[in-house]
Amino acid sequence: MSQTTMKIAIKNGRVVDPRHGIDAPRDLFIADGKIAAVLPAGQTPDGFAADRTLDAAGQLVLPGVVDLAARLPGLEPELEAAVAGGVTRLACPPDSDPPMDEPELVERLVRRAQDAGLARVHPVGALTQGLAGEKLAEMAGLAAEGCVAFSQAKRAVRESQSLLRALQYAATFDFPVWCYPQNLSLARGGVAHDGEVAARLGLPGIPVVAETVAIAQIVELCRATGVRIHLTRLSSAAGVALVRAAKAQGLPLSADVAVHHLHLTDEDIGFFNNLTRVDPPLRTAADRAALREGLADGTLAAVCSDHTPLADDERQVPFGEATPGVSAVELLLPLTLAWAREAGVPLATAVARLTCDPAALLGVAGGDLGAGAPADVVLFDPEATWTADADTLVSRGRNTPFLGRTVTGRTSATLVGGRLVYARQD
Amino acid sequence: MADLLSTPPTPASPQLGADGRLLHLLSTEGLPRQTITHILDTAKSFLEVSDRDVKKVPLLRGKSVFNLFFENSTRTRTTFEIAAKRLSADVINLDVSRSSTAKGETLLDTIDNLCSMHADMFVVRHATSGAPFLIAEHLARTGRHDIRVVNAGDGRHAHPTQGLLDMYTIRHYKGDFAGLTVAIVGDILHSRVARSDIHALRALGCGEIRAVGPKTLLPAHLEAQGVKVFHNLEEGLKDCDVVIMLRLQNERMDGALLPSASEYFKRFGLTPAKLKLAKPDAIVMHPGPMNRGIEIDSAVADGPQAVILDQVTFGIAVRMAVMSILAGN
Repeated sequence: MSQTTMKIAIKNGRVVDPRHGIDAPRDLFIADGKIAAVLPAGQTPDGFAADRTLDAAGQLVLPGVVDLAARLPGLEPELEAAVAGGVTRLACPPDSDPPMDEPELVERLVRRAQDAGLARVHPVGALTQGLAGEKLAEMAGLAAEGCVAFSQAKRAVRESQSLLRALQYAATFDFPVWCYPQNLSLARGGVAHDGEVAARLGLPGIPVVAETVAIAQIVELCRATGVRIHLTRLSSAAGVALVRAAKAQGLPLSADVAVHHLHLTDEDIGFFNNLTRVDPPLRTAADRAALREGLADGTLAAVCSDHTPLADDERQVPFGEATPGVSAVELLLPLTLAWAREAGVPLATAVARLTCDPAALLGVAGGDLGAGAPADVVLFDPEATWTADADTLVSRGRNTPFLGRTVTGRTSATLVGGRLVYARQD
Repeated sequence: MADLLSTPPTPASPQLGADGRLLHLLSTEGLPRQTITHILDTAKSFLEVSDRDVKKVPLLRGKSVFNLFFENSTRTRTTFEIAAKRLSADVINLDVSRSSTAKGETLLDTIDNLCSMHADMFVVRHATSGAPFLIAEHLARTGRHDIRVVNAGDGRHAHPTQGLLDMYTIRHYKGDFAGLTVAIVGDILHSRVARSDIHALRALGCGEIRAVGPKTLLPAHLEAQGVKVFHNLEEGLKDCDVVIMLRLQNERMDGALLPSASEYFKRFGLTPAKLKLAKPDAIVMHPGPMNRGIEIDSAVADGPQAVILDQVTFGIAVRMAVMSILAGN
C-alpha cells in the first residue's frame, strides 16, 4: 500500500488548530492524504479502519508549520531538517545561487522539491534580474511556475524610480512583493545594532533609522501603487510602530519577524560571538519586547526561521567578516512556543503565527486541520528537553546562537500529505 | 529549561583565567584594577633596564614571540619587537598582510601553522574588531593553553597596550586617578585607543572622563560607558588635568564625516589658546603619529605640556611588562 492511500489515526493528543478554534483532546483521522475527521476521544468516522495508529498521548497535534523564509543549499538535507523541525511548507527566498529569476530555475526547484517528498516548497521569485535591482524579472512567467511572491531578498533596488516601477508592474497582476526593510545605504558597513554594545566592541553600527527610513518609503510606495507588501524581518520597536500605524490606515501591508529576534539581543554578542551575526541585527531588550508584543497582537503576522545554513568555515573569521545568518528551521517551533510560554501568550495564538497566518499570507493551503485539508500534521512533545548541537541538528548548518543550549519541546513526527516524512528515533 | 528570555550576563573575558590570572591581553575592558596596577608597577621596574648600557633581561630567553601584523604598522610592531628583544625573546616578524592571507589562507590556518613552529606568544594587529578574541578562543578550543595572545590593535575595538601606556603616563605625572578630569578629543568612533583608555580610566577610578568631538565621530550611547560627551572643545577642555588628542585619519574627509581638515582644526584642533582653558599643569598626550595642524598645533605638540615622547618610552616598558607577566614571570 502506498503511503498516500494509507489510513492513519492520531489518537490521544491535544489538537491545536487555531483556524478552527480548536484546542482540545481530539483524535485525528487521515485518509487519501487528507484530513478525514477530527473527533472527540472514543469516536471514529463511519467505516474508518486505520492502517496505522500513532499514539499522541502527552503530545501536541498541530498543523504543519509554514515557514516564510528558509534557504535550501543542497536542497534535500535542508528539507530533512525542515520536517525534523515540524515545518511542512516553506517559502524559499530568491537569493539562492543562482538567484530565482528565470522560470526554468523555479520549475526545476519545484520539481526537485516534489521528488524529495519532504516539506512543500514555495519559491519567492526575484523582483529583478539577477537581483541586481535594475531590470525587472519575468514575474508572470515565474508566477506560472509557482512563485508565490516577488522579492529582492536582502538586496537593494538602488533607484527609487526602478522600485516604484517594479511595484507597479507587480500590482498589475496583484502579485505580492516582499520587501526587506533596511535602507542599505544607512546600513552600509554595519555589522551590529548601533548601540551600547557596538560602541563598546568597536563594531560598525546599523542604526534603527536604516529600518524606519526603509519602512516609511515602502509604506508610501504601497499607498501609491496599491501593491500588496510584506515586510520581511523586522528588528526594532520603531519599525513595529510604523507597521502598526500603516495597518491601521488600511494599507495592504503585513510583516514578519525571525524567531531569534524574539529571544536574543545585542548583549548576546558578548565578546564577538559570531553566531549572533545576523541581518537585521539583534537590537535592544526594548526592541525585543516590542517585537514580541507585535507578534502577540498580530501587527506581525508570522514568525519565521530565516533559515540560513552556513558551512563551519564561514564562521572561522572575526565577527565583522562572518557571513550573517542562522540555521534555525529546526528551532522555529520550539523557540516560538517558548516565547508563548514566557510571554503568557495563548498557545493557539503562537500556533496561528506559525501556521494559518503565514499560509494565508502565501495564499496557499496549510495551517488547517479541517476535514478535506491536506494532512500536513506535526506531533510535538512539549516537555521533551534536548540540546541543540552537532549531534542533534539535521541541517548541515550548525550556525545557531542556541548551540549548546537546552531547548524544551521537540518534534516527534511530521506528516506531509498524509505521509509520515519524519519520526524521531530515540 | 534554561530561560531563553534572561539576557546572559556579559561573559567573562577570555583573557582572564578562572583564577583571575592574565592569560592574554585582548582588551582593557574587564581588567581588574589590581591587574592594571601590577602591569604599571612592573613597567616601572623595566624603565630602569632601558636606561642601562646593557638593555636586556633574560625573562623571555628561549621564548618565541611572533609579531603577526595583518595590518601594517611599522611603529607599533617596532615597539613590540624592542620590548621582546629586551626580554631576550626570539622575535619573528610576519607581515601577514602581504604573505599567506593574500594566498587565501584563513586567519586560523595561519595560526595553526605558526603554532606548529612552536610559538609562545602572538602579538596581533588586525583590521577587524575582535580578531584577537577569535585567535584566543581557537587556541583554547584546540588545547594550546600555553600560547599567549597580545592584542596590538583590532579594528575600532581595542589597543590595550596603548591604553596601558597612557595610564602609565598619567600616573607618572598625576599620581592618583580619583580627582582627575581626562578629556579625549577627536575621532572616538574609529579609535581603538579611545576605547582602551576609557575602560582603563574607569577601572582605575578616574574622576571624570570626557569625550570631545563632532557627532559624526562619536559612537552612539557613549554615555553608557560612563563618559561625559562634549561637542565644543573649549567646554570639553575646561579645567582638565589630562588631554588625550586622537589622530584624525585623512579618509574621514571622504565619507562625509567632516568637510575638511582645516575646518576640523578650527573647531577641534588643540592650540595654545585653547589649552589655556585646561588646568595650568595639564598634560597633553597623543598616541602618534601626529597630524600637525590638523588635530594639534605644533606649538602644543612641541610645547612644555606635551608628554608625547615620554609616552613612547613608557610604551616599551609597558609592553615588556605585559609580555613578562603573560610569560609567567
